Amino acid sequence: MELHVVQNLMILLLVAGALGALRAARRSDLWRKAGRELLRRRPVALGIVGLFVAFALLESISWIGGAGAEGGDQLALHEPRSVIDRLFPADFKERSYSAPFAGAEFYGGAALRYPGRHVLGTDILGRDVLHLTLKGARVALLIGGLTSLIAIPLALLLGISAGYYGGRIDDAVFFVISVLASIPSLLLLIALIMALGRGPVQVCVAMGVTSWVGLSRMVRGETFKLRELDYVQAARALGVSEFRIIRRHILPNLMHLVVITFVLMFSGLVLSEAILAWLGIGIDGSWGQMIDQARDELSRDPIIWWNLAAASAALFGLILAVNFLGDAVRDILDPRTTWETR
Amino acid sequence: MLAYVIRRLAYGFVTVLGVLLLLFVLFFLYATPVEMARRAVGEKAPPEVLQQWVANHGYDKPRLWNAESPSDTLLFEHFRRMLTFDFGRSDADDTPIVDHLRQRVGPSLVLTIPLFVIGLGVSISASLFVAYFRETYIDRTGVVLAVLGMSISILLYIIGGQYLIGKLLRWFPISGFDPAPAMIARFMALPLLIGLFSGLGESVRFYRTVFIEETSRDYVRTARAKGCGDGRIMARHVLRNAMIPILTRVVVAIPFLFIGSLLLESFFGIPGLGSMTVDAIHGNDFAVLRVMVFIGALFFILGQIATDVSYTLADPRVRLE
Repeated sequence: MELHVVQNLMILLLVAGALGALRAARRSDLWRKAGRELLRRRPVALGIVGLFVAFALLESISWIGGAGAEGGDQLALHEPRSVIDRLFPADFKERSYSAPFAGAEFYGGAALRYPGRHVLGTDILGRDVLHLTLKGARVALLIGGLTSLIAIPLALLLGISAGYYGGRIDDAVFFVISVLASIPSLLLLIALIMALGRGPVQVCVAMGVTSWVGLSRMVRGETFKLRELDYVQAARALGVSEFRIIRRHILPNLMHLVVITFVLMFSGLVLSEAILAWLGIGIDGSWGQMIDQARDELSRDPIIWWNLAAASAALFGLILAVNFLGDAVRDILDPRTTWETR
Repeated sequence: MLAYVIRRLAYGFVTVLGVLLLLFVLFFLYATPVEMARRAVGEKAPPEVLQQWVANHGYDKPRLWNAESPSDTLLFEHFRRMLTFDFGRSDADDTPIVDHLRQRVGPSLVLTIPLFVIGLGVSISASLFVAYFRETYIDRTGVVLAVLGMSISILLYIIGGQYLIGKLLRWFPISGFDPAPAMIARFMALPLLIGLFSGLGESVRFYRTVFIEETSRDYVRTARAKGCGDGRIMARHVLRNAMIPILTRVVVAIPFLFIGSLLLESFFGIPGLGSMTVDAIHGNDFAVLRVMVFIGALFFILGQIATDVSYTLADPRVRLE
C-alpha cells in the first residue's frame, strides 16, 4: 500500500478512537459535567484549538489527482496532495521572496506568477507562507498527539503495576523512573534523538520516553492510595480478578490525572520541538523549523518579517489556547485545587 | 542525618550506574560504533575507512564480552572511564574533553549565575506582589501576563530581543564574548535580559500558586488577627513558610548552572558548555554528548540530595531518617 493511503487510514482510526473515547466519556455524569463546564469557561480557547485540529486533519487526508489541480504542472498531478494543498493552486510557487500581497519579487522586482495572491508572502524558495503555516498545524498536533499516544499508555502501565503490586516491581519501575528523571530533559531528548536517528517518528519516540516519567510517578502514588480504599478491598475479598479491579476501580479514578497531564504536557512538547528544530534535529515542516529558517532574515536589509511572524503567531496562538485550556481543565477536574483557589 | 545522607549517596550511585547503562545501550548497542563512524565520516564512506575511524577512536573492542580478558570490552571501558572522570577524546576533533570542560565552564557560569540569582529575586518579588493583591485586577492581569509570557517560544524571545534591543535600539552588542572584566558586562547584558524575561512567566505562575496556597492557612489569619500588617505577613510569615516548595525548585537547579544554557550561549556566541553541546550535536560528536549527559545526571542527583538536606535547615519539623 502506498504511504499516503496508510496515513489516511491511520487518521481515520485516530478520529474513530477519539470519537469512541468521547462517547464513553459522555456516558459518565462526571465527564459530561466537566465538558459542559469547560465549554462555558473557555469557549474561545476551545474554538481555537478546534480550528488547529481541523487544519491538521485536512492536511492529513491526501489523495492523487482530481480537482484542485488547475493549471498545475504534470508532476504535481501524480503526487498525493492534501485538502489544504488543494485550497492552493498546484504550482503556487515563485522564484524567491515576495512580500504579502506583493505584485513583484522582493529583491529585483521581477513580476510574480501569482501577483497579489500570496496573503503572507513567500519564503526564500518562493513557497507560499500561508500554505506552509497551515501545513505546520499537522506537525504540531503530531508532536503532541503521537508523543502522548506513546507516553500515556507507558506511564499508566508502569505506574499502575508499580503502585498496585508494590515490592520488586515497584523497585524496578522506581529505579527506571529515577534514572530517566535524573538526566536533564533537553539533554536526554538530544541524546535519544542522536542515537535513534532523525525523523518525525524518532523525535516523537524520544519525547515519549522523556515525558512519561512525571505522569507515571503521579499514577504510582495515586494507585498506592486507591488500592487501600474500602471498595477495592471489598472487591478483592469477593474474589474479583486483579485485571478487573484495575480496569473497573483503579483506571477510571486515574483518568482525570491523565487528561490534566495530557493538556499540560502538550504545550511543553510543541515548544521543545521548536528548540529541537533550531538545533537541527526537529521535524520537517514544523513551525519551529520555519522560525529557525527565518533567523537570519531579520538581519537582511530591508528585513523580511512575514516568515517569522506567521510561524510565531501560529505557534503562539496554539500554545496560548492550550495553556488557558490546561488551567481550566485542572481547576475543573482536580477538586482539591478548586477548593483552595475559590 | 549522616546515615540518611550516606544511604542517599549510595542510591544516587546506583542511579548513576543506571544512567551509564542507558548511555551504553543508546550509544554502543543501538547506534553501533560503525554507525557512529558512518555519521562522522559520511554515508558513502568505504568499509575500510569506517573501520579505520572505529579503530582510531578505540571503539574496536568487543562490545559486551571478551573471553580472553574480560576487562577489555567497550562496556567495561565505558563504565571505568566515566566513573574515574577520564573522559577521553572528542570524536570530532580528537582533543581531550576534560580540557574543553575546564575552558568552557567559566563563560557558562558568568552567564548562568547572575541569571539564576536575579531571576530568582525578580520572580519571587513579582509573585509575592501579585499574591498580595490576590482576587483583584492586579492579580488577574499578572496571571494573564504570566500565561502570555510562557506561551512564547524561547526562540522568539531570543530572535526578537536581539533584533529589538541589539539592532534597533543598539543598547548592547548583538552577540559575542570578551573575557576582559570591563567588557564582560556589556556582552552579558542582552543574553541576561532575554533569559530573565523568557523564564519569568512560568516561575511567577509557580510561585504565585505556592504563595496563594500559604495565604489561606490558619497562621496567616492568626497573624492578621493579632494586628500584623499585610506586607509584614507576606515577607515574614508567608515567604518563610513557603520555603520548602521554593527550595525544591531552586536547589535542584543550582547544579544545572554548570551545564550552561544551550540556546542562549549558542545564539550569543558565548564559548560555554552549552554551545559545546550544540557543536557536538552538529558535529555528531557522541563522546562529548555522553559526557554532558553523564555530568548533567551527576549534578542533578547531587542537587536532589542537597535539596533534602536543605529542608532541615529551612524547616525544623523536617527530620531526615
